Amino acid sequence: MRLELDGITKRFGPLVANDHVDLTVEPGEIHCLLGENGAGKSTLMNVLFGLLHADSGEIRIDGTPVTFADPGEAVRHGIGMVHQHFMLIPVFTVAENVVLGFEPTRRFGWLDRRRAHAEVRRLSSEFGLEVDPGALVETLPVGVQQRVEILKALQREARLLILDEPTAVLTPQETEALFRIMRSLRDSGRSILFITHKLKEVLSVADRITVMRLGRVVGSTTPDEADEKSLATMMVGRDVELVITKTPASPAEPVLQLEQLSVADERGVTVVEDVNLEIRAGEIVALAGVQGNGQTELAEAIVGLRPVRSGVLRVEGADLTDATPRERIRAGLAQVPEDRQADGLVLSMSIAENLILDQYDAPPFARHGVRDLSAMRAYGARALSEFDIRAASADVPAGTLSGGNQQKVVVARELSRKVKVLVASQPTRGLDVGSIEYVHRRIVDARNAGAAVLIISSELDEVLALGDRVAVMYRGRIVGIVDPAVGRETVGLMMAGAGEVPPPPPAVNATLGPGDGS
Amino acid sequence: MSVATSSLPVGPAGEERDFIQSATGRFVSQRRVRGMGVFLLLLAVVMALPFGLNVPSGVSAIFTLTTPPSVTVPNLVQPVRAVSIGLAIACALVGVVLIARKSTRGSYLVFSFGTVLFLWSFLVWVGRGTSLNFVSLLAETVIYSTPIIYGSLSGVLCERSGVINIAIEGQFLAGAFLASLVASATGDVWFGALCGAAAGALFGWILAFLTLRYGADQIIVGILIDAFALGLTNFLLQEIFTNHPNLNSPPVFQNVAIPLLSKIPILGPVLFDQSAIVYGAAVLLVGIHLALFRTRWGLRVRAVGEHPKAASTVGIHVVSVRYGNVIFGGLVAGIGGAAFTVGSYGQFTSNMAAGLGFVALAAMIFGRWRPFGGLGAALLFGFSISLVSFIGVLGVDIPSPLLAMAPYLITIAVVAGLVGRVRPPGADGVPYERE
Repeated sequence: MRLELDGITKRFGPLVANDHVDLTVEPGEIHCLLGENGAGKSTLMNVLFGLLHADSGEIRIDGTPVTFADPGEAVRHGIGMVHQHFMLIPVFTVAENVVLGFEPTRRFGWLDRRRAHAEVRRLSSEFGLEVDPGALVETLPVGVQQRVEILKALQREARLLILDEPTAVLTPQETEALFRIMRSLRDSGRSILFITHKLKEVLSVADRITVMRLGRVVGSTTPDEADEKSLATMMVGRDVELVITKTPASPAEPVLQLEQLSVADERGVTVVEDVNLEIRAGEIVALAGVQGNGQTELAEAIVGLRPVRSGVLRVEGADLTDATPRERIRAGLAQVPEDRQADGLVLSMSIAENLILDQYDAPPFARHGVRDLSAMRAYGARALSEFDIRAASADVPAGTLSGGNQQKVVVARELSRKVKVLVASQPTRGLDVGSIEYVHRRIVDARNAGAAVLIISSELDEVLALGDRVAVMYRGRIVGIVDPAVGRETVGLMMAGAGEVPPPPPAVNATLGPGDGS
Repeated sequence: MSVATSSLPVGPAGEERDFIQSATGRFVSQRRVRGMGVFLLLLAVVMALPFGLNVPSGVSAIFTLTTPPSVTVPNLVQPVRAVSIGLAIACALVGVVLIARKSTRGSYLVFSFGTVLFLWSFLVWVGRGTSLNFVSLLAETVIYSTPIIYGSLSGVLCERSGVINIAIEGQFLAGAFLASLVASATGDVWFGALCGAAAGALFGWILAFLTLRYGADQIIVGILIDAFALGLTNFLLQEIFTNHPNLNSPPVFQNVAIPLLSKIPILGPVLFDQSAIVYGAAVLLVGIHLALFRTRWGLRVRAVGEHPKAASTVGIHVVSVRYGNVIFGGLVAGIGGAAFTVGSYGQFTSNMAAGLGFVALAAMIFGRWRPFGGLGAALLFGFSISLVSFIGVLGVDIPSPLLAMAPYLITIAVVAGLVGRVRPPGADGVPYERE
């Protein structure tokens, strides 16, 4: 199918999310839509898929103008979408998910399960997407869930497949498998619109590339003409430094010690099992792993947001296993939480209030139980300039800031204390390149100042660039601790629970070259 | 854990079982199962001492097992002391089994068996030195359970589509009131029940309209509907029925004995000599179960209740599905309301639902949002009411308000104690908004 978007404009109040966007996808091509978070890619796709309605502009399929009132109409026109957050019903089987909305039935609307299963098997073998039609979706690994999403689109005879950030939750090996599927779909004449902000992936899989910035199309190119640096420059609008500059670590005495730590999730299932980890002053340990392998729960247990089931947690030798978050803060723990909007900030409070959440009740911000608002405001104003937070004033609600600036507020608050241990979960998720550089620099600074730093990230590039040592988590256990110099392939295999684990690096004076940031 | 050789993470069997169990069944911890075992041991002590040794030997309880349509069966004469002690030993053994066994599978069934032994022993003790019509005790259990079955089906219909229906109580009252009024005025109980259903459906529509159109909080709207229905029916009771008592004396559904089946001893009169409204509950129970889990309609309803956005991306109209289900749910609760008046008692009285709408919700949760799951809790509550009225007749010296409280207490204890970890539909109570 040949898809043309012509002058699509979509406004949300004063914000123009899509500004006269033109885009053409030819039949049988993999077309990459590249852009930072907030560039308007997702808005454009939601318009294309009938989830949003454009204020102006036209969508044409094979030359014929079309309008989609809802996703059902887009589907009927041969457009399929694999959403970033899967649109699967976890308690349904694979077959039920695939046929939902287009169910084979017998009389009286009676579901024909056998035909549904047969349909899934037929599609799986036709496209090489192996999956058990009777399996419950929630029991499947994300890579397989994604295959179910693709099957869903194929069952509807999609001729154009939109993949919205499909690799965010995959291991490098699963990503490769996805690319193979994408290529075979392309070769069968289908078009693929692949949305991402990862430059490497664009270069390896795209036939053509369109770059968006701030709601506009800023350029179009092909992988032969472009390289990572030129794409990044188009995406951000200025030259970007893609490496993290940091000196070799000089680790001193152990600060954070985890001994046989086990943690359970909400359902009572043990998701962190017998984790042993020691982080020294002045080193960064980066924890790699596919999302959902226990990293989140481990981080929450360290900062005191989740009870420890068994094992011991020490900071500078003191047992903090059962300490409250406040006691941990006093002991020198700082955290950048995974979800800054839910756990890092109170969005309705001002920037200044958010900056002193850890010390609002202590001098100089409070005396005898009465808060000193002017001291808080003065502090807030200072922090804005010191941490490069872009806001009208420190009195505006934190919720009005962009993601990057929100993260800077969190970082500012946490690093204003005397930090002995810093736990940062997905510290640059969803940030623009400028903010990523900034956050990385602050983290390295904290390390250089003698903090023991634990970084949890699902971006392999970030893990390899920031970490002085890399610990890999799989199914709740640390399956190995390696030098980042072992490379993407080795760490990727470990993340998938396979592959040989190289011997651990010497803990002291591990050295490495600069990585290649994302 | 061994390292998997495949490139896709495939979990160890134990972990996957946990997931599946939480998806399709109750998650039962070992500790909870041991707790059940200990509880049964305590019951056994009660059975052995107050019900057993404390009763002079030679005293017997007579259970009458024959009621009209069934063939005649001899009465069951039970020496209280011997039977209670025998049952106590059996109950203790069941408790020990629960404590000792390794698997938690089927623990609820084993536990239920233990509690049935206790109830038997209790009945023998209550009926000591006299006779007790066991069949009519059970038949009344079914009648008392009927509105709760309708109510929990109403809850299942609404919540499976993602809307919490706290308004069941109000829909009961509206249905009970209108059924009585219309049946009295026209003399037609069927038409009365139909209007009761319509009254429930109307209140269902109000809930749907306010929550789906305006995104009002489902709990608050539900509670307001309950309060409004109570006030309205009380007002109309005073305004209309006080002056025109003939408008509040409806005919009631007569029992219809099913040929052959009703002749079965004990079970016949209990299950197959009931009114249309009781049979209706059974039909709906089976029908809604099949519709939810075997048809396209059901698959879509559950999709909407679990993940409305996913449903919408495959072209399912979330709001329409919810409207349909909430109104249907109201209708079912309205029939449940009619069961109070034209189904059994006849006259409408103030606040006659008496919190059973909430009990129905508890039954639904206990039943894990499955039609048949709530049946057990509904029957338990019906049995408690039935038992209390029997004890009242036998003249046990317990103050009657305290006795009236007992069914609620039993339900709270059972539902809270046994409900365990249950998982509601994913989007239950969450308003759906398109971006």
